[in-house]
This record gives sequence, structure tokens and C-alpha cells, in this order.
Amino acid sequence: MGALHEATAWELNRMLRRREVSAAEILRSVRGRIEEVEERVRSYITLTPEEAERAAQETDAALAGGGDPGSAAGIPMAVKDVLCTRGIPTTCGSRILENYLPVYDATVVQRLRREGLTMAGKANMDEFAMGSSTENSAFGPTRNPWDLERVPGGSSGGSAAAVAAGEAIWALGSDTGGSIRQPASFCGLVGLKPTYGLVSRYGLVAFASSLDQVGPITRDVRDCALLLSLIAGHDPRDSTSLRVEVPDYLEAMQGKIRGMRVGVPRELVQEGLTPGVRECVERSLSLFQELGAEVEETTLPHLDYALSAYYIIAPAEASSNLARYDGVRYGLRVEGEDMLEMYGRTRAEGFGDEVKRRIMLGTYALSAGYYEAYYGQAQKVRTLILGDFRRAFERYDVLVSPTSPTPAFRLGERVEDPLSMYLSDVCTIPVNLAGIPAISIPCGLEDGLPVGLQIMGKVLDEATLLRVARAMEEAIGFRERPVAGRGVG
Amino acid sequence: MMGDYEAVIGLEIHAELKTRSKMFCSCDASFGGEPNTKTCPVCLGLPGVLPVLNRRAVELAVRLALALNCRIAERCIFHRKNYFYPDMPKNYQISQYDLPLGIGGYLELETDDGPFRVGITRVHMEEDTGKTVHASESGRIHGAEYSLEDFNRAGVPLLEIVTEPDIRTPEQARLFMQELKSIMEHLEVSDCKMEEGSLRCDANVSLRPRGSSELGVKTEVKNMNSFRALYRALEYEIGRQREILEGGGRLVQETRHWDADANVTTPLRTKEYAYDYRYFPEPDLVPLELGRDFVEKVRSTLSELPAERRRRFREDYRLPAHDAALLSSSKAMGDYFESAVAAGAPPKAVSNWMMGEISAYLNARGLEIGDLRVTPERLAELIDLVEKGTVSVTMAKAVLEDMLESGRPPREVVEEKGMAQISDRAEIERLVDEVLEDNPKVVEDYRKGKEKALGFLVGQVMRRTRGRANPQLVNEILAERLGEGG
Repeated sequence: MGALHEATAWELNRMLRRREVSAAEILRSVRGRIEEVEERVRSYITLTPEEAERAAQETDAALAGGGDPGSAAGIPMAVKDVLCTRGIPTTCGSRILENYLPVYDATVVQRLRREGLTMAGKANMDEFAMGSSTENSAFGPTRNPWDLERVPGGSSGGSAAAVAAGEAIWALGSDTGGSIRQPASFCGLVGLKPTYGLVSRYGLVAFASSLDQVGPITRDVRDCALLLSLIAGHDPRDSTSLRVEVPDYLEAMQGKIRGMRVGVPRELVQEGLTPGVRECVERSLSLFQELGAEVEETTLPHLDYALSAYYIIAPAEASSNLARYDGVRYGLRVEGEDMLEMYGRTRAEGFGDEVKRRIMLGTYALSAGYYEAYYGQAQKVRTLILGDFRRAFERYDVLVSPTSPTPAFRLGERVEDPLSMYLSDVCTIPVNLAGIPAISIPCGLEDGLPVGLQIMGKVLDEATLLRVARAMEEAIGFRERPVAGRGVG
Repeated sequence: MMGDYEAVIGLEIHAELKTRSKMFCSCDASFGGEPNTKTCPVCLGLPGVLPVLNRRAVELAVRLALALNCRIAERCIFHRKNYFYPDMPKNYQISQYDLPLGIGGYLELETDDGPFRVGITRVHMEEDTGKTVHASESGRIHGAEYSLEDFNRAGVPLLEIVTEPDIRTPEQARLFMQELKSIMEHLEVSDCKMEEGSLRCDANVSLRPRGSSELGVKTEVKNMNSFRALYRALEYEIGRQREILEGGGRLVQETRHWDADANVTTPLRTKEYAYDYRYFPEPDLVPLELGRDFVEKVRSTLSELPAERRRRFREDYRLPAHDAALLSSSKAMGDYFESAVAAGAPPKAVSNWMMGEISAYLNARGLEIGDLRVTPERLAELIDLVEKGTVSVTMAKAVLEDMLESGRPPREVVEEKGMAQISDRAEIERLVDEVLEDNPKVVEDYRKGKEKALGFLVGQVMRRTRGRANPQLVNEILAERLGEGG
């Protein structure tokens, strides 16, 4: 193993408990790395050195006293700036919340605090999680640690970049249409979007309430299982959170996949894939077979309409969720002659183009006379997609596709063309519409850029998902690291 | 000319539910308090918060919907009603839309012309907004330099009750509201304090030629803060519309504001740019599945409704209809009455006291029965003193007056003031004899057949006892004595 900042959380956890390393040393290593590369990568909106320092000290004190500091203790984490952290700025990548200080911790943050959370900082993101490149952040883009000319993906681009660059060991992201999986895939990491309702949304600043989920971005599947087990579970503050027993994912992750049935939805591998992505996915499919799984092409016909339905439902919900940023109670206020002018100026200056675009789209879609044609129709499509998945899972244990049709694209390449940007999430979006879990694991490189493999599972079957991901991770044996010069080696 | 048109009135009522906590968070839902002290991240709509439905609010809503004979939806959902207003922290209100909690009910009213039924279109749940205070002399937004927001009421559970346009007169509207208020009080669903805004009412009013089944252009009248305001606003609005129609003019569909000081309705905003609330299902809440068991359980907790109580007062206590109606008009009145009866007082006597002296006292001071310092048990004691002849009715009134102010037990008042009635036969005989001796001329007049003279003699006895002599006994003894001589 190399430097401490390159280790996995699981390894560091073990070393801490064996007293082979102190939390202070780990933090020093990560801090050093931040100092070294942050200026170029820009993973964070806010760094929280005092917070991290205090947590590291508490961890070391607990360990010295023979106590258990918790499974997240001493392991620096990047927390996407869409999760509320008490007394620590939570901007959502937006001017409108630039100076906003939450008065409470999101449930996931609260749970991690009980496990000794050592937060390195709040990670950059597309404004209000709307975007696929982190270029929509009001505080400037994050760069891909593999290639500084390219985007890290989005919207959880800061979280992914931080982990890939060694500025954090692991991270929390949020995923509404692919915002965990796509950046994980662009940055050569593991990213999981849990079943809708498995992880509490309380304190996750809403983008599209019926699609949003919080999830881990990690260096390997084991860390992913560990972090998921720390954040999953019913929360009485979230009415949509499911009342289920959370299995031991680390345990469930073990085991072979021989005899499993793997479906490959034709709709997700037809057009738009780069040759490298196609090749990586095909190689993964062969590996599945080598491991004794049956691979079969299948069809989920309504997936063709997923992107369209998503771009009705998500903006519609967003238009309502973002209405509260009006300058009245908190956040940015730009004064005007009267209240309406104050509203207008605040929102005109506070929101970026993409957020405005989606608010307009969503407002239109919900308007009287258009509701049935747009929102109503999109909900029907959503039901059909759910049906497609349900039928497919009667036959297959998991479904597989590329996470994104292409590897990381260049900064600025798609900013002017929203549609091409939206297409980056074409493979991930159906998963959110269906509420099922999916994971992205690295499955190779194309021109030195990571490619992600998406594995989709049944509702609440994260256990199988992790087991398949773990087996494939081992079979693929992805060991590549960013190269200095082009990236931050 | 009134004969040419009839009014068509539908009411839209908002009542705050009587829950301890707010609809979607655990904040204190009680009225009052320093601004913004009864708030939390959820009811302030801070980024990232989520609503969790108050079970008690659902129970109360179901209770009222059942009392209004509504069908309870087995599955209902919440919608977001989107519009910008600074007193609404999220800029959307969690409400119900096409799948409300209760639909298709009715309320039967008793009027002098017989029973009268008002259809209930729907009963639904929603959250209240905060309160805007404009820093201007009038308290209205015009001319205000700035405005302040108090979110103590934001998120308090509300019930919206929409009636069918079945009401024809201001009097019927007032009756309906009184009955609805009474029902809500009886069921302990709402405090129904119009002045605190826990019960609010808007009215849709239109006119049409009598006999027509089509609806005319309607106006929505708001800001009616009392039953009296409701009555007068409707009366005014009907008159206004009739004048326009009779003058050959055309009505505009608009919202009008009742100005209680000026006694007029004034236009608030026209519906020409009708708001588009962009309703859509609230994704932060799951559908509300009201199982049969739940509904039946709520049904079993339904206490007696005013109509039923009225009937019982008439039948069980043999009260006249008028008494029964008045005493069951509010839950507190009825409860007071029954407590006094339970303490042993004859029902009609209790009713007389309550509808007489006690009501007069409450009305004069603008108090509610709950504010009375005289408990029903003490009223029963006082009535008992009268029944036993310890005090005269006249005395009892004076005693009650003292009790109403001091809250003391009647016996104490009577003793202190020496007001106990003299019912000692020997004592009264002595007094009667004294009076007869002192007024020989009057006695003579009486014996000559001047009936009036008897009254004078009774008066003299009462005067000597400062009214404390038992009048019955005085009459009896006087008759005896005067009879003797004749």
C-alpha cells in the first residue's frame, strides 16, 4: 500500500484498531494531499479542518482509552454540499445559499457522527444537484483527477474527485438521475444509489423528492458496503423511508455468483456508446460468464422513454422544491422596490442557468391545461418502466449496462448543449424512476479514462448487488491510478 | 323586487384542528406566544426538511367528516398547492386536491320553517400559513415600509369544509355556521374561535332569477370574522348584486373583502388572472390509507352531536324546544346545564337561571360560559336554597349577583348578608299582627272588599323584614288573620 490517503476506509479502520496508525496521522496525510492538489482539482466548496481535527482527536482518545470510536472514526470523508451540516455552510453549489448555515444535521450526517464521522469538507456539486459535470456549481467547476481538462461527472463531482484525488478516503453523494454513479464511473470509483427509501432524505436538500437518494462513493465495494450499512435504515423524520431491517452488507457481500442470471437491457447498450465503453462492458460480460453467471440480452422497451419522463418529473418537483429560496427568510436577498421585485431579483441573481431552465420546465409541465399531457403522462411512463423492471427481475438476478455511454468529457464540451449533457445519464435515469438500487464499479479504461459498469438490482436487494459487484471487482482487477501530469498522480 | 331573485350561497370554512402539535412537526400548535417561538426547521421550511403527518390531526378530521355524514376515502393523498407568499415558508402549501379525506356529506339544520339540509362537498386537511404584519398605520400592505412574518401558526393543521351552494339566505348561512361550530366544539375538533382565526369562513354568493336552475356570476366574500359579520356581509352583497342586476348591469367574478367598519364589501382582486396553483401529489408523503378499523374506531369515539343533545334535552329533561336549542348551542353550555342537573337541581329551574340572569351577565361582559366563576354545582346549591324556601327568588338574584363576581358559595353569601328567608311561623305571625295593628284603616278597607289592600299589608310585612319574609307564609297568615275577623 502507498500513502495513507490512498488506502481504503476498511484498511484504515483495521490499522486504527490495531494502533498501527493514528487518526491524526491519517488526517495529516489527507490534509497534505488537499494542500497539494486542491488548487487544481477543486473538490471542495468548504474545507472543515477544525471539525476534522476535533474528530481525529476524539478518535485517538477513544482508541487510547480502549473504546470503540465507531466505524467512520478517523477516516476523512467528503460530504456533498447538499447535505445539511449544523453550523457548517451548506450551499448546494448555489449563490442563493452561499452564506447559509443549517441549524441541524441531516439524518445521515447525524448517524455518521455517532460513528465518529471525520469530515474533511463539503464537496462541490452542480447547483442543487442539477447537472452531470459539476460545471453548474456557482463556485466554479471541479476537475477530473484523471485528466484535469475533463469533468469529474456530476452532480456529485466534488465527492468523487475528492476520493479519486486522495483528498478524502470516501464520500457521500446524492443521486437523482445518476449523480452518484456517473461521477463514480468518470473517476474510477464505486458508487451506489440505494433503493428509494432505504436511506433517509431528511436534511438532504431536495432536488426531486421522489427520485433523490443519498449514497456512498468509495474506492472499493467493501467500503461501499460498510458506508451503506452506516447510513441505511428507517428514519421517522422521513415519511418515505422504509421500515426494514438493514442486513449486514459486509457479510452479504461475500460469496460467489455462479448460477446467477444477468440480463443486459438492449435499450441501454444500443447507440451512443464510445468504442472503449462498449469494449469494457463486453469484457465485463465475458467475465460474468467466466464466473459462472448466465448472461443474456433482454429488453425493457419503455426505457426509451425514461429520459423524457425524467425531464418532466424531476423539473416539476424541483420547481416546487426550489420555490422556498425567495429571499424572505434565509439565503441571498437582493432588495427591490416591492416584494415581487425582491423575489425576482433574488432568484435571478441567486440561481444559475441550468436551475432556472429546470424551474421553467417544471413550472410549465405542472401548469393547468398541460398537467395531464406532461406530468400525468410522465407518471404513466414511470409506472410502465417500473413494470419493465419488475418483469425483468422475475427472470434475472441483476441487470447490467454501462454507467454512462462515454468516459469523462472535456470541460465546456457540453455546457452549451443541455441535451447532450442530459444524455450522459441515459443509462442511470431509469433506475431512479423505478426506485431500484444500482451500483457503478470501474471496469476498465478508455484512452486512460475510467469506464463504469452499472449493475442494477431488485428493490431492497442491495445484498445481491454488492455480492455481484464484489465478485466482478475481483475479476476485473481494476488497479489503475490517475497519472501525474494529465491528472493528479 | 326581492321576489325576482334568489341568492345562491356556498361556504368555504377553515377550522384549525385542536391538536397539541402542528400538522407535520412536533411544534406547539397553541395560539399566541412571542412571534416565531413555536417554530422548528420543518415548519420554517428550511432546506432539507420533510413533513411527517400528525396522526391526531387525521383522527380529528375523520371525526368531523363522519359527523358531517361524509364518505371517508379509504386512500387519500396530499397535494402541493404552489404559490408565492411570504407567510408560506415553502411557497407551497401541503393540502388535498382531487382525493380529499371526506366527500359527499350533509348537515341538517332546524329552522322555524322546518328542517333544512346543506350538502357538504368535501372535507380536507391542509396546513395553515404564518401571519404577515405590515408596518403601516392601517396594518394593510398599502403604504407599509416593511412587513414582518410570524410563523407560529405556520403548519397548524386546518380542515377545509366546502358546502354545496345550497344556502339561500344570510340567516341560513348563520345557522349553518352556528351548527357547524357547535358540532366542532362538541367533538372537540376545534376551538372555533373566530376572533383568533381558528374558525374562518368565506362565501361564494350569486343571484339568479327565482325558479331558475342556472347559476349567476359569483363573487367570493372574505374577511367575515364573526357570525354577525357573515350575516351582514351576505346581506350587503346580495343587495349589491341585486341592485346591479336590476339596473341592467353586469356582475364581475371577483373576490371581495368585507369591511366591517364601513359595512360594505370592496373588491380585493379580480379572478381574471386566476392563480394557477400547479397542484401535484406531495412526493414527501406517502398516501394516507385509512383502514376500515381506523375509521370505525374513530366513529366509536364520536361524542353526542348537538342535534342529538337537543332532542335529549327536550325528551329527558322535558325542556321546551327553545330552551333545548339554546342550551345545546354550545358544548360548554350543555355541559354546564347537565352538571347542574346532575348536582340535583330541577332542569327547568337550571334552564331559567342560565337563560336569564347568567346569559345576561355573560352577554353584558362579553364572556363565555367557561369564564363563569359560579360552578354548576354552586348554581344547583342556590336553586336548592330557593326550592327549600331559604331565600326568595328576589333574594336569590341578589345572591347570584354576588356569586358571579366573587365566586363564593351561595350559603356563605346568604349568611354574610343575612339574607336568609324568614320562614319561622311564630316570627311572621308576630310581624303580621304588628302590621294589622298599625294599619286599622287598611284592614277595614280590605274587609269592605278592597282586594288591593291585601297587597299593601304584605308589602308592609316584607318591608319590616327587608324582604326576607317568606312571601307564601306571609300571605297565608294574613289570609288567616283577616279571615278570623270577618
